[in-house]
Amino acid sequence: MTVSGGETVLFWVLAPLMVLAALGLLFARKAVHAAVCVVFVMISLAILYIAQEAAFLGVVQIVVYTGAVMMLFLFVLMLVGVDASDSLVETIRGQRIIGWLLGLGLVSVLVGVIAQSTFPPSVGLTAANAESNPVALARILFADYVFALEVVGILLVTAAIAALVLTHRRRLVPRVGQRQISDAKVAALAEGGLLTPLPAPGVYAQNNAMDTPALDPQGRPIEHSVSRILRIRGQERSAGRILATERAVLLEHEPELTSRRFPELSAPTDEEVAADLSGQATTPAPEQGAFPTDTTARSTGPDRSVGAAESAGPAGPTTEHGKES
Amino acid sequence: MELTNYLVLAAILFAIGATTVLLRRNAIIVFMGIELMLNATNLTFVTFARMHGDLHGQVIAFFVMVVAAAEVVVGLAIIVAIFRTRRSASVDDVNLLKN
Repeated sequence: MTVSGGETVLFWVLAPLMVLAALGLLFARKAVHAAVCVVFVMISLAILYIAQEAAFLGVVQIVVYTGAVMMLFLFVLMLVGVDASDSLVETIRGQRIIGWLLGLGLVSVLVGVIAQSTFPPSVGLTAANAESNPVALARILFADYVFALEVVGILLVTAAIAALVLTHRRRLVPRVGQRQISDAKVAALAEGGLLTPLPAPGVYAQNNAMDTPALDPQGRPIEHSVSRILRIRGQERSAGRILATERAVLLEHEPELTSRRFPELSAPTDEEVAADLSGQATTPAPEQGAFPTDTTARSTGPDRSVGAAESAGPAGPTTEHGKES
Repeated sequence: MELTNYLVLAAILFAIGATTVLLRRNAIIVFMGIELMLNATNLTFVTFARMHGDLHGQVIAFFVMVVAAAEVVVGLAIIVAIFRTRRSASVDDVNLLKN
């Protein structure tokens, strides 16, 4: 039996890529990247199986390994948390060195053994696969290996039940349904809770973003219309800054029209912006309590009008943010 | 090209998988290293089946795949169970028996 030229080319194209992808598993910092590398190795293996006259195993490799096993891996990765990256602290001294030595030793031993040993001349599977590969496999599987097949069936059932038992969790607290949630909301009304959903964040002429608060009918920013997470992270932008930018842009492009149609916008005075900010400070924000917002400090950013306004504005309402110094 | 090239490739993949098991701390990546080793042995089985003209090697590879699938199900269930109690998927954090 001789290996065809096409198969040789296929091997030399795939083999280096497979080794690279396997090294990706070894070095990838993020587990998802490692999983994608392993998926690549497995699909390449399926191609090699089919090239090696094992068509059935090639298909099973794709269906079982890349289709089921690796997707299960990715599923668990998402469940456990994609961000759970490796810690680089060595808990066992010298583990890294020993691991590398063992790995290199293993590869040299295995390759050495393969290089040293002499193999019989290759026979090839043309005779064995005479009535197609799956049929020939089935003849062996259901004749010589019937008992093993039964045992493997039991193993699969056991594994499925084991997975169910291992991941089953008993309910420790009573179930919270729609009814209970609405009752709790009504009960929390006295402490300043909200029956309705929280207001949506602001939409302005210049931007429509999650991080800017909406304005109430009086034109004051509604603090809790911005996601609580953004406020804790300090990624919220103040409405005063956006409004001042809008005024500046309007004035720059259409001075007469702006001053005629929006006389109140013609001059973004210090008092206006300061009032904006103080309104923001006095807006009731139910969940604000524990997390001090520092919108004032951030609004002294690149925007010059607000920065100037703050330096000149009244210090009364802004100092309660604790960031003014 | 000789068929032994496939064996060398399988040996390299097996060694990389073993090194992954030794070096990485994330339990899921360690598990993927084990899968890589199983796949490398499967490649060896398929290559030897072709070399000897005997389909029994492919049957054994098939059984390895089935057992690996069962093993992955149980192993990942264990990882999820540990993650629920310990909030970590690192193999170094599992030292409940230590104290």
